[in-house]
Amino acid sequence: MSATPQPVEPPPVPVGTPALEVRDVTKSFGVLSVLRGINLTLNQGEVLGLVGDNGAGKSTLVKILSGFHQPDGGEILLAGERVSFSSVENARSHGIETVYQDLALIPQLPVYQNLFLGHEITRLGPMRFLDKRQMRKLARQYLDDINVHVPSVEAEAEQLSGGQRQAIAVARAVRATRKILLLDEPLAAMGARESRLIIDLVKDLATSDRVSIIVIDHNYAHLFELCDRINVMQGGRITIDQQVHQTSLEELTELMVSSYRRQIEEVQNAGA
Amino acid sequence: MSSDAPTSAAAPEATPPGQQQDAQSGENQAVSVGRRVLRTFLYQRELTPIVITVLLFVYFTIKAGSTFTGTLSLSSAAGYAGPIGAIAVGMVFLLVLAEIDLSAGQVFLFCPWMMWWMHNDGLPLVIAIVIALIAAATVGAINGLITTRLNVPSFVTTLAMNFILYGIVLVESNDAEASPIPLSGQTSFIAKLMGSWRWAEILWVVAITIVLGVLLNRTRFGVRVISTGGNLTGAAEAGVPTRRVKVWCFVLCSFVAGLIGIVDAVKYGSLDPGNFGVDYILYAVGACVIGGTALTGGRGTVLGAFIGALLIGVLEDGLTLTGVSTNEFFIWVGVVIIIAMALNVQFDRIIARSRSR
Repeated sequence: MSATPQPVEPPPVPVGTPALEVRDVTKSFGVLSVLRGINLTLNQGEVLGLVGDNGAGKSTLVKILSGFHQPDGGEILLAGERVSFSSVENARSHGIETVYQDLALIPQLPVYQNLFLGHEITRLGPMRFLDKRQMRKLARQYLDDINVHVPSVEAEAEQLSGGQRQAIAVARAVRATRKILLLDEPLAAMGARESRLIIDLVKDLATSDRVSIIVIDHNYAHLFELCDRINVMQGGRITIDQQVHQTSLEELTELMVSSYRRQIEEVQNAGA
Repeated sequence: MSSDAPTSAAAPEATPPGQQQDAQSGENQAVSVGRRVLRTFLYQRELTPIVITVLLFVYFTIKAGSTFTGTLSLSSAAGYAGPIGAIAVGMVFLLVLAEIDLSAGQVFLFCPWMMWWMHNDGLPLVIAIVIALIAAATVGAINGLITTRLNVPSFVTTLAMNFILYGIVLVESNDAEASPIPLSGQTSFIAKLMGSWRWAEILWVVAITIVLGVLLNRTRFGVRVISTGGNLTGAAEAGVPTRRVKVWCFVLCSFVAGLIGIVDAVKYGSLDPGNFGVDYILYAVGACVIGGTALTGGRGTVLGAFIGALLIGVLEDGLTLTGVSTNEFFIWVGVVIIIAMALNVQFDRIIARSRSR
């Protein structure tokens, strides 16, 4: 970790200010309105789970928070301050890292270069020569530390299994995150061993308290293990917000079903 | 690179040393050495064209003797290889991005014209050269901006640019040849460096090959180029400014073509407005392919492109000297390009298939 540029110490934020606040954010693609007013709070050091059907807008929300898409309306507050991200680089400079569902690894680059993509260690100032030896060394060390096994850090990403690639993608983000980590289905396509590895990695990061995390996943058992709080997205809105220690899988499922029932009734009433 | 190659073929060291090896293990050893050689060729794409170029060189030396190895013959081979190489090593960056620049050959011809016009208008030669180089870089920037901002495929953008530049030269020159080019035939150090010495051009290309090779393989910019070409969405998500990277590569390709265009003009001493740049482009893309760059993006080798140009140069010169009709040269170039491309594609497939569990 020593080679990561040390972040400038942020100005003190009043205790209790959420790490991230999303207020009434909307987003449409053409006629398709994907987010219809999202309100979400991510507290300091918290792990928030985000669940919902395919097409509920989870990935779109993540892509807005990571600067990949720009919202149509609403506002985003980072540690109490209003921000708008013009690009991924911009969001990253605010300390936000993301692991996307469609893996951001470059098939033709070796593992260690993928691990440092966007955070290359370079020498000789403006020419930005890659310090390949240093990157290889740190990559080996780091992957050993977190128990990710690859045939070699020189292997091209193309030659890894899906699970190994996902592990590299998550490791890259975890390594680089300064404030907020966004994980869009980090456990999809992972074997049991690799899932365990990623969960431990994220839990480890969460205990440090300097980082707040949003995880999207379909596996409730994983989410209950990993998260402090769970939000449910339905039809472009957040409909349920539950503390994990105050609820159970049964209760959450029940809440979701009744929420669906309510929505269906609304539609029927509107039709009648 | 090859020593840490990922697949787990049995290494020769695994067999116990000693004299009492039976025939079986000797055979295994031969197989694994074979595998190792194969793997080296798989990952070091430049090796295949290097071997072929050396073989051609040996063949022509045996066939034509000192006529082929003489200064006149070798400098003529270098004369073929220089312009092709200059355009090819810049083109590799675009091919890695899965883009192309069809106008680079015309920039190669246009840039010295620009210098000629500026100099004739009374500007000092140094200023005229600088303006010509800026013009070349600007053409690249326009190519890049139209491609990335207006989403016009670069094949089309640069095809159009090729015609525009060709037209400008025809209109501005009134179909009259430009001669003599300043510096050409002179013996001052600067004049020799700028092309009047017969080896100057190829040495420029060698120097540019080294610089661009380092740029692609050893700098952050190179990582960004490979990322953009290998996984456009992934690179953007990882924070690579993909459009900016593309525009810079167009600028780079144009600039290098223009620079060597000036050296080439000084070398030959005159400019013919009727020359058409696409001739150069076809050879240059051929050289890239022969050198081991597939056109699928994400992979490419600068050194390979230069070797590819050398191969074409040696082939043209050698066939001419051994009395084979120059027309036959084209058949051979075609055959070599197809074989090289087939090998590239197969090699890529083998790499992709060699996944470890």
